[in-house]
Amino acid sequence: MNLASLRALFDGPNTRGTSDRFWMAFGLAVFVLLCYPLVASTYAVANAALFLLYAILGLSLCVIWGYCGILSFGQVAFFGVGGYVFGIVGINLADGIGAALGLLAGVGVATLFAFVLGYFMFYGGVRDVYVTIMTLVVALVVHTFMGQTAGSEWAIGEAALGGFDGMTNIPNLAIGGFELIDTAFYYVVLLALLGTYLGLRALVNSDFGRAMVAVREDEERTELLGYDTKRIKLFVFTLGGALAGLSGVLYASWGNYMNPAVFGITFAALPVVWVSVGGRDSLLGAIGATYAIEWFSQQLSITGSEYALVVVGGLLLVTILWLPAGVAPAVADWLSEKQSSPAARGHEEVAD
Amino acid sequence: MTYDTLNLLFQFLDSFAFIVLATVGLAVIFGMMGIINLAHGEFILVGAYGTTLSYGAGLPLVAAMGVGVLVTTVFGLVLERTVIRRLYHRPLDSMVATWGLSLLSIQLARIVFGNTLSQVGTPLGSISYGPFSYSAYRVALAGIAVAVLGGLYWLFMYTEFGTQARATMEDEPTARSMGVDTDRIYLGTFGLGSALAGLTGALYAPTITMTPELGASFLVEAFVTVVVGGSSVLVGTSLAGGFLGVVNATFTNLAGTFIGQVAMLLAAILAIRLLPEGITGLLDSWREKRAEGEQ
Repeated sequence: MNLASLRALFDGPNTRGTSDRFWMAFGLAVFVLLCYPLVASTYAVANAALFLLYAILGLSLCVIWGYCGILSFGQVAFFGVGGYVFGIVGINLADGIGAALGLLAGVGVATLFAFVLGYFMFYGGVRDVYVTIMTLVVALVVHTFMGQTAGSEWAIGEAALGGFDGMTNIPNLAIGGFELIDTAFYYVVLLALLGTYLGLRALVNSDFGRAMVAVREDEERTELLGYDTKRIKLFVFTLGGALAGLSGVLYASWGNYMNPAVFGITFAALPVVWVSVGGRDSLLGAIGATYAIEWFSQQLSITGSEYALVVVGGLLLVTILWLPAGVAPAVADWLSEKQSSPAARGHEEVAD
Repeated sequence: MTYDTLNLLFQFLDSFAFIVLATVGLAVIFGMMGIINLAHGEFILVGAYGTTLSYGAGLPLVAAMGVGVLVTTVFGLVLERTVIRRLYHRPLDSMVATWGLSLLSIQLARIVFGNTLSQVGTPLGSISYGPFSYSAYRVALAGIAVAVLGGLYWLFMYTEFGTQARATMEDEPTARSMGVDTDRIYLGTFGLGSALAGLTGALYAPTITMTPELGASFLVEAFVTVVVGGSSVLVGTSLAGGFLGVVNATFTNLAGTFIGQVAMLLAAILAIRLLPEGITGLLDSWREKRAEGEQ
């Protein structure tokens, strides 16, 4: 397989950056991210790892909302379940193999959870705003549940769920006895994000991806053309759950800690903010916005300001009112106008 | 035995009142305007804080509640003019935007008022029966919930505003061409929904802890009821409230708050499976059948 046919896999009408310039900028950005740990402090690298793992959660919403038209407010439910399951397995099977099995179990349970919820919703005829409400309600109900697991009866093996205090002592992710911390963990997250991004690019530009976009544009017409729209929606929703679960596993390993706040309404809003601001049908926009917004929030919190959430909420409001498509499409349009050649469209809005 | 039955009855009244009051503001705005207000919890927050703060400033409780409702109404009217009106006919965007509003309001409340406020005590004492006792205030809330539904029925069925509002909901262009000022109707309806959310906050202020996140504790019940009830504000909300009240009371009584909520959620999923348009849809098809039968 030569380079051109490899690129054909990732290029298509459903993603913006397709020019040579785009791929060169993309390669440069990846190179910068790869070199980042060489020049930055351990603390800065750990923060960057957090923002990059959040970006996977952002992508999980981007693909189901931006490309299939399913607005889920409950991605954090799969994120949290993934993290908690990783913790339960990791704590109980402490040595070596536990963390690797925990990764599989965490992603697996999150995927199953999304599949079951999606099955009942899409095959039960739940649509549009009702799907959105349902997903949010599920996250809030899990929040209530996890909040009341403080007692000692709420322990699975060695792992106490811990109620609002959360689950502590979650082990680090490890491969064959080698613990992934600091720089190694950063590279694993970066690799996972890159894989997710390229995988989703290939997916949305495939035949299946065109069917997904058709469902977003007009579900009834797609169904009349002979597509099984329920199955398409269920597949995409389940995939979104799996990615959110992966992000949750990485999060649990990052902080060695989970608490029910990840199911709460404030955290649930963040993926929606990232994707809305970045541009709901731009994968790279979602990554860039996630990184930028979380970095900014953290900078504000470090200075002792409490205004981070006010700014984030305001940003969401302003985006919906004045830039409903998000930042990345606007940047892409601006760049392509500047070059006045539609073939050379690229968007150099890159994470970091 | 009879005491247990009585206990279940009180539990039902409590659940019914909570569900109806938590939902009614959201239901008016959703049913009339097709907008899901995700900041609904924060409207309740404004009502509760308005009440608690003005009670703390020395007003009698009922007057303080009036202040809570008034403040929330003004809050809602200002938002309608500045934000909500730009989002009519964009249901998903309106949800996302109101969520931004919600984040912003919660955090501003935290910055301005801190993490808690000192509480208004629960008025009216308690009712004792056998081994159980029950807060009389909560029984009064059930009465108020029924009165609110009755009041809305009167408002929508027997006043000029109600007629115009129903016409606008049914067919906006026609209503406008018949001389209805639909812009004013939208403003009024949103104000009404806000006032009702504020009333809920005012009424529950003495019974819940005053934190910036208190709105979230109403959301599960409110959203589930709107989903089950469908777009008909009155009939949908009261029937769904009754149905979910039974489900919630029974399961909360048997196995605690969490199971009560899960049971409501499952009931909602089941209800949507059987009735895609909610209870409203069931009633519509029933009416159609009856109309066909009469012909």
